Amino acid sequence: MMAIPLSWYIVFATVLFCIAIAGIFINRKNVIVLLMCIELMLLAVNTNFVAFSRFLGNPGGQVFVFFILTVAAAESAIGLAIVVLMFRTRRTINVDEINTLRY
Amino acid sequence: MISQNLLIVLAAAPLVGALIAGLGRKQVGRAGAAAIAILSVAISFALSCVVFWQLVWGGAPVFNHDVYTWLEVGKLSIGIGFLVDRLTALMLVTVTFVSLMVHVYTIGYMRDDPGFQRFFAYIALFTFSMLMLVLANNFLQLFIGWELVGLVSYLLIGFWFERPSASFAALKAFIVNRVGDFGFILGIAAVLYAFHTLDYSAVFAQAPDLAGRTIEIVGGHPWSLATLICLLLFVGACGKSAQVPLHVWLPDSMEGPTPISALIHAATMVTAGIFMVARMSPLYEMSTTALSVVLIVGATTAFFMGLIGIVQNDIKRVIAYSTLSQLGYMVVALGVSAYAAGIFHLMTHAFFKALLFLGAGSVIVAMHHEQDMRYMGGLRKRMPITWITMWIGSLALVATPGFSGFYSKDQIIEAVGESQIFGATYAYWCVLLGVFVTALYSFRLLYMTFHGKERFKVEHGHDDHAHHQPGVLAHAPRESPWVITVPLVLLAIPSVIIGWFTIEPLLYGGWFGESIKVLPGHDVLAKMAEEFHGPAAMFLHSFTSAPFWIAVAGFAVATWVYLFNPGLADRAARTFLPVFKMLTRKYWVDEVYYNLFARGGVKLGRAFWKGGDAGLIDGAMVNGSASLVERSSRVLRRLQTGFLYHYAFVMIVGLILLLGGLWYWGLR
Amino acid sequence: MNHAILQMVCFIAFAVVAVGAALAVVSVKNTVHAVLALVLTFFSAACLWMLAEAEFLALALVVVYVGAVMVLFLFVVMMLDIDLEPMREGFIKYLPIGIGAAVIMLLEMLGIIGIKTLQVPAGPNPAGMSNIEWLGTALFTHFLLPFEIAALILTVGLVAAVVLALRVRTFSRRQNPAAQSAVRAAGRVRMVKMAASTTAPGPTTVGEDSQA
Repeated sequence: MMAIPLSWYIVFATVLFCIAIAGIFINRKNVIVLLMCIELMLLAVNTNFVAFSRFLGNPGGQVFVFFILTVAAAESAIGLAIVVLMFRTRRTINVDEINTLRY
Repeated sequence: MISQNLLIVLAAAPLVGALIAGLGRKQVGRAGAAAIAILSVAISFALSCVVFWQLVWGGAPVFNHDVYTWLEVGKLSIGIGFLVDRLTALMLVTVTFVSLMVHVYTIGYMRDDPGFQRFFAYIALFTFSMLMLVLANNFLQLFIGWELVGLVSYLLIGFWFERPSASFAALKAFIVNRVGDFGFILGIAAVLYAFHTLDYSAVFAQAPDLAGRTIEIVGGHPWSLATLICLLLFVGACGKSAQVPLHVWLPDSMEGPTPISALIHAATMVTAGIFMVARMSPLYEMSTTALSVVLIVGATTAFFMGLIGIVQNDIKRVIAYSTLSQLGYMVVALGVSAYAAGIFHLMTHAFFKALLFLGAGSVIVAMHHEQDMRYMGGLRKRMPITWITMWIGSLALVATPGFSGFYSKDQIIEAVGESQIFGATYAYWCVLLGVFVTALYSFRLLYMTFHGKERFKVEHGHDDHAHHQPGVLAHAPRESPWVITVPLVLLAIPSVIIGWFTIEPLLYGGWFGESIKVLPGHDVLAKMAEEFHGPAAMFLHSFTSAPFWIAVAGFAVATWVYLFNPGLADRAARTFLPVFKMLTRKYWVDEVYYNLFARGGVKLGRAFWKGGDAGLIDGAMVNGSASLVERSSRVLRRLQTGFLYHYAFVMIVGLILLLGGLWYWGLR
Repeated sequence: MNHAILQMVCFIAFAVVAVGAALAVVSVKNTVHAVLALVLTFFSAACLWMLAEAEFLALALVVVYVGAVMVLFLFVVMMLDIDLEPMREGFIKYLPIGIGAAVIMLLEMLGIIGIKTLQVPAGPNPAGMSNIEWLGTALFTHFLLPFEIAALILTVGLVAAVVLALRVRTFSRRQNPAAQSAVRAAGRVRMVKMAASTTAPGPTTVGEDSQA
């Protein structure tokens, strides 16, 4: 039996998501923290999936969480590889100094 | 039974000849090209005679089969096929005979021309085109032949393309013909719309159903479908047969070599329109309105174009205006439903007009390409054969009793007198007065060219090829070689006798059978048949008829003015200066066309070019849109800072706005 | 009833820990600490998932994220010699904007979702099935193809990460076995024909041969 209402999960996920948003704003220069904020967002989304899946009795949500975990793992691996490469070439990971894609 | 293979050979021989003469220039040489072209046309002529014989005396049925299915679109099937009835056969013999004569004549006339082989390729191609036109058994094949004839005409008028006037004339002929062809193809489309087929026999079988059918092109104004079809097709005929108001190209086409003037612009191509209308007689019979239009246009051309011929000084142009006038007579005959008379006149005219042109060419050769009659005169002793044959041609042209032109033209005039349709009275006066005019300019031409004093000088040692001094020749004119005179003689013979032998069967013997159809109410020839008692009786009767005395009057005036009082013409011209000016200016039609259409067209084109193309499309749309993109992107690219957090910021702001919108307006 | 209260208490406790750790992730100065705080967040979230009876995913989260991804983050953070000071520039300046945006978004989301309307009663747990069985049945029947694709994505991610981070050292000496086994005698020895004796006009004649 589950006693916890669905809304608790949703509120929790929303709060987590918004913290990640705030994190993107205030840590705008550190790529690694930005990546971590994205992980937080994904966590929030995943939490929603898990909760809905459970409350609607549909395994699809949890399967999706599975896939999201997969993609997120790949993404953070590649993201970190890029960070490493960037640091190796430019000796910094400061977002301020990475603006070669401008006009 | 006419063999299909025979017809294929008949039609294709000139094409093969043209290809060999034109493409294998190095291989066959000058003499070879001429020989091949003449041989191919001779084959066609021989086979045409065979076909003619089989149809008329051999009892062969009308041949109407598709040889080859060209294309099928939906239910419409279009083939290349032949329809050979007596109308076709008559045209075949006439076309190939005149063509053969012209081919032979060309050897002499074009002897020194560098484009000798090209010329033979063109005229053989022309013969092929004309045969296709005549043999066609459906409208599309007719159109192909029609266009090919126009193309070759363009090539030949512009044969001496290094002369600006020649290429201008060629262009003019082509463009004016385009106007006619535009109407013609619309007419074919209308036929397709009305009958859902383009096959002659199927269309003619359904033609009586056309009565009462209407079409609304402009909403609320139903037009008779038959009238529409006939008028559109007649626009095409006007272009090809040079009827008012599309006649302007024919006089200018005299820029081409003289054999071509004889072949195309007198005997064959210009008769395509006449032939076409005669062929479409089942359709034209359905619309009295169209017949009236045909009649009035023809009558106008017959009289007013003849008038211009009186004031021309170029020997070929006189004959050109005479051709216009005679074509007008043929069209008049069509207009009063005397199709057989029109075709009859077409045939006789082909002989004597080709004769006149070739005779004029002979004179021109003798005069070293001087065409102005004011510098001729007294040539009769120097070139007797040409003189006699030209006289014969002219006598035939002015309808001297007994000559071929008499039988055909007199019957047309009589048919117009019998006709009751709208415009017949006007047409009657036009053709009657036209007889006077014809006589006047014909004898004027003869007198100015062959009689009187010699108005040219002969200066030996004068450079022959740089004679821009008019009337000065390097050596005296002399009779042309046999390749020129033999065709003249051969053409002179039918010009004299052919009318006598053919009038009775052609006009009154029901000779054309099913190929020409006339409604009983229109059949003026049937009425005339009651009074017709053979060519001899007609010959005798003519001395008491109006046209004869009118022609005699024309002869008298011409003789008096041009033979005995040479200065009188100039005085008359000064006295009636406005009339004279109107005639030399050809009623200002060229000026109107030039200013209205040509110059207007240029102006319109320039406006579209400068304003529409360069301004609107290039400037505003193509370059304008490009520069708009460039200018806006010059501003917008400042948004691309390259800083990651700017993008993230924009993204999140967008998300917030989206969510706010969702929240505010709701999900539903 | 006791059971329910216990669950709620546990939920609140883990949720508070997770939110607190998340706040730490975005606010602490030291990146290593941030990573550790993220680990704590993931761990607490895994516990919350456990409360939702999603045992398999909760464990997967711990194993995959806490065990692998976060360690990777730690490696990277520790490996790179990052000057942290310039990274913190504008932290205070952008703090109000960040908080403002976060709060607005939170309000909007909650407003849209409407907490009250989502009082869905918990569905019955699938009869006679454990969570892993339930998930596995779905994964290997309906979602078989996506599952395979996920495997492929992971492989591509792995290879991509290796390729990106691999540094080819230009000075390293390596063998090329293919070239070694493909060698021919003609590639090694060059026969030069020359006279046995020459009348040596100068000192330099055959320089190349002696060097080869």
